[in-house]
Amino acid sequence: MRKMLLAALSRVLQGPAAATAVAAGRTGAVSEASRVMVASRNYADFASEATFEIKKCDLHRLEDGPSTTAVMTRDEGLHYYKTMQIIRRMELKSDQLYKQKIIRGFCHLYDGQEACCVGLEAAIKPTDHVITAYRAHGFTYARGVPVREILAELTGRKGGCVKGKGGSMHMYTKNFYGGNGIVGAQVPLGAGIALACKYFGKNEVCLTLYGDGAANQGQIFETYNMAALWKLPCIFICENNRYGMGTSVERAAASTDYYKRGDFIPGLRVDGMDVLCVREAAKFATEHCRAGKGPILMELQTYRYHGHSMSDPGISYRTREEIQEVRSKSDPITLLKDRMVNNNLASIEELKEIDVAVRKEIEEAAQFATTDPEPPLEELGNHIYFNEPPFEVRGPNQWIRYKSVS
Amino acid sequence: MAAAAAALRHLAPVGARLARLPPRDRAAGRLLQQRRGFRLSAPAAIQVTVRDALNQALDEELERDERVFLLGEEVAQYDGAYKISRGLWKKYGDKRVIDTPISEMGFTGIAVGAAMAGLRPVCEFMTFNFSMQAIDQVINSAAKTCYMSAGSIAVPIVFRGPNGASAGVAAQHSQCFAAWYGHCPGLKVVSPWSSEDAKGLLKASIRDDNPVVMLENELLYGVPFEMSEQAQSKDFVIPIGKAKVERQGTHITLVSHSRPVGHCLEAAAVLAKEGVECEVINLRTIRPMDIEAVEASVVKTNHLVTVEGGWPQFGVGAEICARIMEGSAFNYLDAPAVRVTGADVPMPYAKILEDNCIPQVKDIIFAVKKTLNI
Repeated sequence: MRKMLLAALSRVLQGPAAATAVAAGRTGAVSEASRVMVASRNYADFASEATFEIKKCDLHRLEDGPSTTAVMTRDEGLHYYKTMQIIRRMELKSDQLYKQKIIRGFCHLYDGQEACCVGLEAAIKPTDHVITAYRAHGFTYARGVPVREILAELTGRKGGCVKGKGGSMHMYTKNFYGGNGIVGAQVPLGAGIALACKYFGKNEVCLTLYGDGAANQGQIFETYNMAALWKLPCIFICENNRYGMGTSVERAAASTDYYKRGDFIPGLRVDGMDVLCVREAAKFATEHCRAGKGPILMELQTYRYHGHSMSDPGISYRTREEIQEVRSKSDPITLLKDRMVNNNLASIEELKEIDVAVRKEIEEAAQFATTDPEPPLEELGNHIYFNEPPFEVRGPNQWIRYKSVS
Repeated sequence: MAAAAAALRHLAPVGARLARLPPRDRAAGRLLQQRRGFRLSAPAAIQVTVRDALNQALDEELERDERVFLLGEEVAQYDGAYKISRGLWKKYGDKRVIDTPISEMGFTGIAVGAAMAGLRPVCEFMTFNFSMQAIDQVINSAAKTCYMSAGSIAVPIVFRGPNGASAGVAAQHSQCFAAWYGHCPGLKVVSPWSSEDAKGLLKASIRDDNPVVMLENELLYGVPFEMSEQAQSKDFVIPIGKAKVERQGTHITLVSHSRPVGHCLEAAAVLAKEGVECEVINLRTIRPMDIEAVEASVVKTNHLVTVEGGWPQFGVGAEICARIMEGSAFNYLDAPAVRVTGADVPMPYAKILEDNCIPQVKDIIFAVKKTLNI
């Protein structure tokens, strides 16, 4: 009711120009004048922030947990919305390009899980560190790599963020250590990064992510032990999307309480479909680590719409109904959108404008990714070593040599 | 002068022979060698065991760069399972010398992650047999990352520890990993023999911005070698990727790495009495291998025997032979290249069996004579 009245009131205040703006929004072109009018109207019409009730986290070896209310500003909301939408559309574009055989090999998509990487990034600083497994495109973007460089890496072009040398599972940027292909191997690496954080004494933390499948890897338990023993500022994060490839959590784990699997390490179980829940939990976890209390574990309950990878249709081990139910009831982008609109942080039109801008950005990135040339053959031998004088690398036979520069 | 030089050359095989003596005799032998050393060596050279050379290298590099740290099982409070890190924990403390639980895969991954984030770890494997538990981190996380990231992430780490056969430790504790690690692009693999090798290569490895696997040898730890004044300096490094000619010769080239270098020198001494002059090359580095040094030698001697402790199939000797065939030196061979290796069996325990599983001096001499057809 209140929503209807507000809408009616804003229509009256905006006048006929608004209708033009709305109509223009639908077709994707907004005139300068009306945009200015909308902008100045935004400032007057919308709340600058709102407070939200969020789900309480299940706690393990913790007296108190993260706050059950979260304050989100309009700007934050718009930023989270846009970022999640970019990741969503980028992953769907990757799906398209893979089916066109322009992307090859492995392609593990993140759509459905956007709230995890966006919520986590919102809680940490650019000087903190992140390492994850192979479902990494979302994190790669959140850590600052432009979409065009991600897509160009997927299509194996020289404009890819690692010049086409890595592909889907091996993208890196400052304070982001990939993209790791071997299940669970990134977890000790993350604790090592945390060790360096402690060693250098700059009060940085490392987010070390793994999935419900990886959670059963022995090396993770070795890492829990050492991280706790040495009080490393390592935040272990299990992104539990209920399936390790085709195996459901019930069939893989004797205990599916992943947030408790760290045993002596305190843990939280978090609603991974709610970006604010993830953010508040991550803030709590980073405070814990920065206070020198040692490692902490977060389980983010989330869901992936796609199969394990592009070669998995994703419906042999789960029902279409289940996927559809999550989409309709728990989609992270829809949840955020509803929150923003219902609390007067943004209008539907404004968010649609963002959608349009995002689509355009992804299209342009895809255009770049499909037209940029492949890396030159000379690149084949490069970067074997770091900071090394040039040397020769053997090709498929003794007469084919490549130069290797660092 | 020539007599002195000849005597000097004998010091090395004596050192290697000492390694096979029981501890009491070893000490007596060392004293004798010290006396000999003082009489015959250059003024400022001293006798230093491989263990002490490694210890010095670690001490100097820990002091030089505060990003360097050592981790592994028993490296700190126990002074090292083989006492390589003796005194270092006392001097540098918990932050720089870290005792780990028995979790190879875990602590190796932690070491690699620390290297990615800007530290310079020295990760000790109590023996390289245990590195198999962690080999995924060495290969997939350390070796390949610079390449996969197009040079944006460096992994300046050293993996070190004893490799290959020891004495009576049986099959699971005697494997040589030179071929395994030497196989992988992205790694550097070094294999010291003498104390100078050990010190110079460990320092070079720590200063290298890439993952280096350093294959030491437990039986060499207690062996003293002469260390020149230059080698005693805090800045003494040996370039990775360069072999050393330990003995000049004209009739045949013996190429080896690690402990078998000593056996080659012994064989060369025996053969010299029969008028056969062997050129002995100490590879020092497995990857990148200094094949040019081997080729230059083969061009001169026309005969090649490779000697290694590891198994024959797909080994270091096999690689040397293949590369010699591919290169210009092939045309200078007067006989097929020959390999002397460990026996192609898991290492047995009983002494008589074990002794016959590692390449002995007599096996090298036999191979030389077969190659030279004498």
